[in-house]
Amino acid sequence: MAHPIGTRDLLIKGGRIIDPSQGLDAVGDVLLRNGLVEACGGSLGTPDGAEVIDASGLVVAPGFIDVHIHLREPGREDVETVATGAHSAVAGGMTAVCAMPNTKPVTDNQAVVGFVKRQGENAGYARVYPYGAISVGQKGETLAEIAEMVSAGAVAFSDDGKPVESAQLMRTALEYARAFNVPIAEHCEDMTLARGGSMNEGIMSAKLGLKGIPAEAEEIYVIRDILLAKRTGGHIHLCHLSTKGSVELVRWGKERGINVTAEVCSHHISLTEDAVDGYNTNAKMNPPLRTAEDVEALQQGVADGTIDLLVTDHAPHHYDEKEREFADAPNGIVGLETALGVNCTYLLHRGIITLPQLVDAMSCKQAKIFRLPGGTLAKGGLADVTIFDPNRQWTCDPAQFKSKGRNTPYGGHTFTGQARYTIVGGRLVFSA
Amino acid sequence: MADQIIELNAGCDNLVIVGIQRRGVQLAERIVRIIESQEGVTVASGALDITLYRDDLQTVGPRPVVGATSLPWTLDDQRVVIVDDVLYTGRTVRAALDELADFGRPSRIALAVLVDRGGRELPIHADIVGRRIDVAPGQRVDVMIEELDGRDDVVIVTRDEEA
Amino acid sequence: MPGPLGKDLLGLAPLSADQIRLVLDTAVPFREISERTIKKVPTLRGATIVNLFFEASTRTRISFEFAEKRLSADTVNVASAGSSVSKGETLVDTARNLEAMKIDMVVIRHGASGAARFLAERIESNVINAGDGTNEHPTQALLDMLTLRDRLGELAGRKICIVGDVLHSRVARSNIWGLTKLGAEVAVCGPRSLLPNAIEEMGVTVFDRIEQAIEWADALNVLRLQLERMQAGYIPSLREYNRVFGVTSARLAQAPHDILILHPGPMNRGVEIDSDVADGPHSVILDQVTNGVAVRMAVLYLLAGGKPELAEAAKKGNA
Repeated sequence: MAHPIGTRDLLIKGGRIIDPSQGLDAVGDVLLRNGLVEACGGSLGTPDGAEVIDASGLVVAPGFIDVHIHLREPGREDVETVATGAHSAVAGGMTAVCAMPNTKPVTDNQAVVGFVKRQGENAGYARVYPYGAISVGQKGETLAEIAEMVSAGAVAFSDDGKPVESAQLMRTALEYARAFNVPIAEHCEDMTLARGGSMNEGIMSAKLGLKGIPAEAEEIYVIRDILLAKRTGGHIHLCHLSTKGSVELVRWGKERGINVTAEVCSHHISLTEDAVDGYNTNAKMNPPLRTAEDVEALQQGVADGTIDLLVTDHAPHHYDEKEREFADAPNGIVGLETALGVNCTYLLHRGIITLPQLVDAMSCKQAKIFRLPGGTLAKGGLADVTIFDPNRQWTCDPAQFKSKGRNTPYGGHTFTGQARYTIVGGRLVFSA
Repeated sequence: MADQIIELNAGCDNLVIVGIQRRGVQLAERIVRIIESQEGVTVASGALDITLYRDDLQTVGPRPVVGATSLPWTLDDQRVVIVDDVLYTGRTVRAALDELADFGRPSRIALAVLVDRGGRELPIHADIVGRRIDVAPGQRVDVMIEELDGRDDVVIVTRDEEA
Repeated sequence: MPGPLGKDLLGLAPLSADQIRLVLDTAVPFREISERTIKKVPTLRGATIVNLFFEASTRTRISFEFAEKRLSADTVNVASAGSSVSKGETLVDTARNLEAMKIDMVVIRHGASGAARFLAERIESNVINAGDGTNEHPTQALLDMLTLRDRLGELAGRKICIVGDVLHSRVARSNIWGLTKLGAEVAVCGPRSLLPNAIEEMGVTVFDRIEQAIEWADALNVLRLQLERMQAGYIPSLREYNRVFGVTSARLAQAPHDILILHPGPMNRGVEIDSDVADGPHSVILDQVTNGVAVRMAVLYLLAGGKPELAEAAKKGNA
């Protein structure tokens, strides 16, 4: 069974089509048929029996993709399932997501990969592409069966949640994965520096009496992996960067032609460690929120392309688990339904990036870097479309989330920029 | 009042003059000085802060400031005279009696007040009264003394005159 | 309606200088009560106070218990080891269960920074922080400041140096907040690996050698060095620590003027402080203990604010 496609033609009329993959930014129509883009641009007639969406005043973009989220199925269906997560994704304007493998059991074999993929198809919301684990059980000891997982549908590999502590294992993974043309994604964290820490090491951690995680814990693995990518010719993708130093190191790597790509989460380009004040566990995640200087460097990194992708690291947790002493609370916040609003408010409307850059970072480059279908409205591409209003103001109410998770620091915040229609395979799966 | 105290006590033996914080303390000191100049005897004296024994701590708002308590090392078999500026409901004296009981067992406790304004809520009476004043409800009697307020005076304050 | 300290005492960082002074001033008359034959006043009669200690502690708990009993409160001790996760009952549930038994105040000591605040935000009883993780231990700092004030007079401009493992010490942190608010000059002296690296931003001078600290200070507050710090690799050995940072009488003899020695206890004699110093003429360690009960009585007294709704009911009853 494949992802469901729309049976009727779908005409998106009069929107501003922004598609950096085609260098396109113009008002026009898009026609979707049989799950693919039939025509894009210009004024198109309305075919018989077609559904019509009036997109005047809105932006029409290739469907957004988020290559870093956590679905809690299999294992913690009480906190999120593939279905609820995929629904949350389309509510945020995402048409496809990549789900990290730190499930229970770990997604380190073809059976779980296939299961997650099928659950996504059954749900019929956003496309779900599973990540496979780099090491068996994510224990960091032996390489997992990458080739088999690729055949079952895995698109990338990571031990996210944890770093790959052994440089030798990371080297092996980068070399081995080259043959299958898949990225190896790393959660950069030196555990000896970070152990026991629950927030950024700095003035706020000194104020609150909490052990901090220094920026260097991330940067040490960033440079390590860039050097290993250089040695092996493999593709290293660095997850959820959070420090100024990391941005500078990625820039260094790219200048030398090393195959390194990077992503940043919406929370890291919008919030600082101040959000943790008062021991707010809904602002606790790993890597933690850091300083204003880091936020600025990350924003600049997105603007100049050093950081390729805007993601969320959507990580739902149960209310009871977050309702505990700060050091004991689990790391992670949800993000799918606030990402577009945050990115527009903090990057677009502050003039740090343009609309085409926003679309590029949330769609085109996501597909390109992860070798996924989609990310383009060119004829013959997937009929995955995100129609959004970059100027619509709205206030975040976590009780309304489609996700089971309510753990967000953005409750009550007002944003400018919201998804209006999400279309996957030519089917309208969300509208606001 | 000093004379009356000596008369009540039939002399100065075993006499302890205890002033209640705050103004009772200064009045007690003056009485001790008068007795000293008249009789040539320095009687024992002390100060008592009754804040922690008040019966209205649960209902009054913010916690009142606690003053100092200092008494002779034992009150057993002593004849204590409590001195206060104004006697009204009698609750302050009740608290003072409770507190004194924690310090020993006086052979007698008497009460001397400068002003008795009536309005008792408990069966307490003063043995020695400087002046009786009739005051309407809603009015307050303030005693001012030189050592704390800059002058000696007794003032009747009506509630709506206050800020 | 809360009293002048608010509903809870979570730390000294949230208090103003006036509030801190109020506690110190209020502690003075309470000291006198511990000198009486009958060491009891009826002030908190009928109040129920729970001592909720998740970390083992003898001296702090006993000190609080004396304070509570001398105010005529009823006390209950709950000792619980481990974090919420390992125990199986969350902190919130433990507290709510106690509250359902109609208690008035909770004194909590817990291993997680922020635990006292976490509790205070979720129950109506007054919450007093008796030490939360590596965050604050406000009553200890208050009794330290009272002891200093007794000997040195007003604390503004006084030079106090905290010696030892400041990084992990909630006593040090509360002292830093409290002393700086009252205008004292604060310094720390200890191995750099045991000092937080934002320390200068807290308005504190750093001395790398104990001799420098002794030359400068009016008083030293000497912290206990825990064996775990050596085992965790922060310092090479206790012996080396004593050689570089130990407060010995030979070093004190070099002090340009009289210097007070404080220690929160329990002491590692021969490690951070030598026996002859701890028992010597400069030491005010036992005064600290006496002041501890008085300070805790003052805190309980000030937090147990009145309940105006009872006043309203009383008025109606008397009509």
